[in-house]
Amino acid sequence: MPALLEVKDLKKYFKTSNGFLHAVDGVNFTLDEGKTLGVVGESGCGKSTLGRTILHLIDSTGGKIYFEGKDVTDPSRRQLSELRRKMQIIFQDPFSSINPRMSVSETIMEPLQLRGGLRKQEIVERTKELMATVGLAERFWRTYPHELDGGRRQRIGIARALALNPKFIVCDEPVSALDVSIQAQILNLMLDLQEQRGLTYMFVTHDLSVVKYISDDILVMYLGQVVEKAESDELFRMTLHPYSKALLSAIPEPNPHSQRKLISIKGEITSPINPKPGCRFMARCPYVADRCKEPQILEEVMPNHFVACCRCREINDI
Amino acid sequence: MEIKVRKKRTAFGETWHQFKKNRFAVAGLIVVGLVILVAIFAPFIAPYPYDKQDLLNSYAGPSAEHLLGTDKFGRDTFSRLIWGSRNSLIMGLGCVALGSIAGITIGSIAGYFGGKTDNIIMRIMDVFSCVPMLLMCVVIAAILGPSVRNAIIAIAISTTPSAARLIRANILTVREKEFVEAAKAIDAGSAHIILKHIIPNAIAPTIVSTTMNIGNSILSGATLSFIGLGAQPPLAEWGCMLSEGRNFMREHMELVLFPGICIMITVLAFNLFGDGLRDALDPRLKN
Amino acid sequence: MENNVLLEIKDLVVEFHTDDSIVHAVNNVNITIHESQTLGLVGETGAGKTTIARTILGILPRPQGKVRQGEIIFEGENILAMNESRLRRLRGNKIAMIFQDPMTALNPIERVGDQIAEAISLHNKVTNAEAALRAMDMLEMVGIPRERFGEFPHQFSGGMKQRVVIAMALACRPRLLLADEPTTALDVTIQAQVLEMMRDLKNKLNTSVLLITHDLGVVASICDSVAVIYAGEIVEYGTVFHVYDNPGHPYTRGLFGSLPELDTDKTRLKPIKGLMPDPTNLPEGCKFCDRCDYAFDRCFKDSPPVVEIEPGHVVRCFLAGKEGE
Repeated sequence: MPALLEVKDLKKYFKTSNGFLHAVDGVNFTLDEGKTLGVVGESGCGKSTLGRTILHLIDSTGGKIYFEGKDVTDPSRRQLSELRRKMQIIFQDPFSSINPRMSVSETIMEPLQLRGGLRKQEIVERTKELMATVGLAERFWRTYPHELDGGRRQRIGIARALALNPKFIVCDEPVSALDVSIQAQILNLMLDLQEQRGLTYMFVTHDLSVVKYISDDILVMYLGQVVEKAESDELFRMTLHPYSKALLSAIPEPNPHSQRKLISIKGEITSPINPKPGCRFMARCPYVADRCKEPQILEEVMPNHFVACCRCREINDI
Repeated sequence: MEIKVRKKRTAFGETWHQFKKNRFAVAGLIVVGLVILVAIFAPFIAPYPYDKQDLLNSYAGPSAEHLLGTDKFGRDTFSRLIWGSRNSLIMGLGCVALGSIAGITIGSIAGYFGGKTDNIIMRIMDVFSCVPMLLMCVVIAAILGPSVRNAIIAIAISTTPSAARLIRANILTVREKEFVEAAKAIDAGSAHIILKHIIPNAIAPTIVSTTMNIGNSILSGATLSFIGLGAQPPLAEWGCMLSEGRNFMREHMELVLFPGICIMITVLAFNLFGDGLRDALDPRLKN
Repeated sequence: MENNVLLEIKDLVVEFHTDDSIVHAVNNVNITIHESQTLGLVGETGAGKTTIARTILGILPRPQGKVRQGEIIFEGENILAMNESRLRRLRGNKIAMIFQDPMTALNPIERVGDQIAEAISLHNKVTNAEAALRAMDMLEMVGIPRERFGEFPHQFSGGMKQRVVIAMALACRPRLLLADEPTTALDVTIQAQVLEMMRDLKNKLNTSVLLITHDLGVVASICDSVAVIYAGEIVEYGTVFHVYDNPGHPYTRGLFGSLPELDTDKTRLKPIKGLMPDPTNLPEGCKFCDRCDYAFDRCFKDSPPVVEIEPGHVVRCFLAGKEGE
């Protein structure tokens, strides 16, 4: 069976006054149906742009996107229309992702109305079903978003994304704006939906603990490039890239007895505009060597575990 | 910490709730309502037709017969003021309606599509806003001839650029909101996105400025009529009446006094109303 | 706790009055901060964390914010009874605050060095040159080269800006630092750097810190004690070891259950059901009763007592200390 989604050498450069901003620079991955791919990285690593490029909300600069085995890199108007029924997105900010002038039911109904071919009664029925699915009581039918809390708003966003019965959903930091107790409710809802409907997720986040909880495979991104790619358990068991290690160690653990050593990395993210060909993490890496100035290749260091670091083997004694 | 107080009010209800706290604004609204009623029911309220001459009885002072006296041709000033409210309001509202609709359409297109489209449209708007309004009116009156309609067109053209600029700026911020992206993701077309998602969220400042502009437009209309480019005699219009009365100002002050007061009160009422509306809408603009 | 008490909040009640309702933001809060202690105040959005900090500084929004009752004793004096000029001398001098968003805390058109120097000369009799020199020292202390004294905020990245804000707050060597979500807006690796720096500074300067956060991880890595706040009430208070090893309140347990953790393999999280109560209409008994799995009749009627379940570890719950759940 072909993978549901395959992305080959995907690139997205933005033109700025100082040169090209390499937001996504040569990303490859495949994603099987019913699985969850976690994309992790800090702000500016291109993870959100990657999701939006796949959904054709932004045009790609180069590379190929295959969906259900078909090349959809440059879809025709009709193809795009069809794609958008199958691919959806859930946004980070439950406050700006919902039109404040539309009531809960209007927001959820909108995709159904736009699709056409449904009678009014059917649309109302489907909307009620969707609200029940995401756990919104029917008394919110006429409620406006400003009367609701972040968790409920995020449920509206999920219902809207589900309305057209998509196969694939890009989840762009869907829980990072929520409080912990609500975050857990939404994460569980998303897992339930995946089980019931066989959804495929691309889960974009900066939060490694969330990604570990929800993903099958994980991509770690730094400045537009994938630096490490592995199955979730494997990645957390054997973190190989120096950046992934630092990222993992930087998460404050809710355990005052924690003995974990912080691998402090120097400085801050460098500019993504006209980057040099070498390793982009070089300036902050504790293991930097001369070879790092050459382009890094994402290499299969261990079975199904890819790392883009020329010193990976020496650092980790493999 | 955000204090979230959940109120079960619609957007309109919330605005009204804020609005009615401002007494001046409510007074403004009442006066505006009265003036509009007077304009609509002018034929029933006015004791005389606006052009009924009574040459034997010119320059009469206020009396039971002629409440505010008569003018040069013996026309009843009170009736002319009532009829005049029609033309003055039509001028004020007409310019604003026309100018805002044109401005919103042009500004929305420029703001939503951005890039080259935006650049071309906005530069044209810049050119338009360079021409002084009076000059524009003179040109239009010269081409189309002086009349109420042409004065409205002239004033509307000169208010269009600022309306376009205002809505464009708001659209630029709303355009970046994620719900617009969400609408694209569910395959909504550009027209749908602009009408359903962008304009409703970008329109509030435009509503306010439009209301505030009505007063200005009434003034501009009166100005044009005053210099003879707007309403033409024997039509009753406040600016026109001022103009006719100005030659006899020394002897018959009431001829300029009453139309002047009418203009002032109406403009003030619209401005107070607009001010109140801005304050009422403002807290919503912030979030 | 052998140290002296620096700040004591007693029975604090703060309300916000809006047009047609009263928001009960802080309800009977008691907090004690000792010298050179770091207390974490943990809670979710709307729990009243920031309101407490603002009340300490006397910067509640007016006229909506009202202190109904209570005392805030700082160095033996009640802050709430002070007049505005006394408060101004306290603010920024003995008590400083860091806000969540470093972008808005700095004046974009003033050089960062000048902003720090200004904070110094406002509360100290120093010449401009001395103030500038001390500002440079402060920059160096937070890990920014002194050469960057003359740069503008936009030339700094988010993490660097937060360092500048911290330098500004610490410029007058305050006794108490109120840090409101100081690292929430930062990326994890930058957050780690800032937290490490704060840890060092705290030891070096002996400053007491009230750290407001929603992140239990941040609390564990930097705080000595922790107060868990829910709907304006402190529901649990104790040292981090006590609270994390033996959480006593159902809400605290719920928070831990909601967290996906790196070291354990949870297949499903156990979220707390429901939502935080509307602060204009709080439940009569325990504020948490609607969401609590262990709630029984009494929880809905009476406010639960504060029970000490081990020395220095208190829980506001009827069931506290009674094993068998």
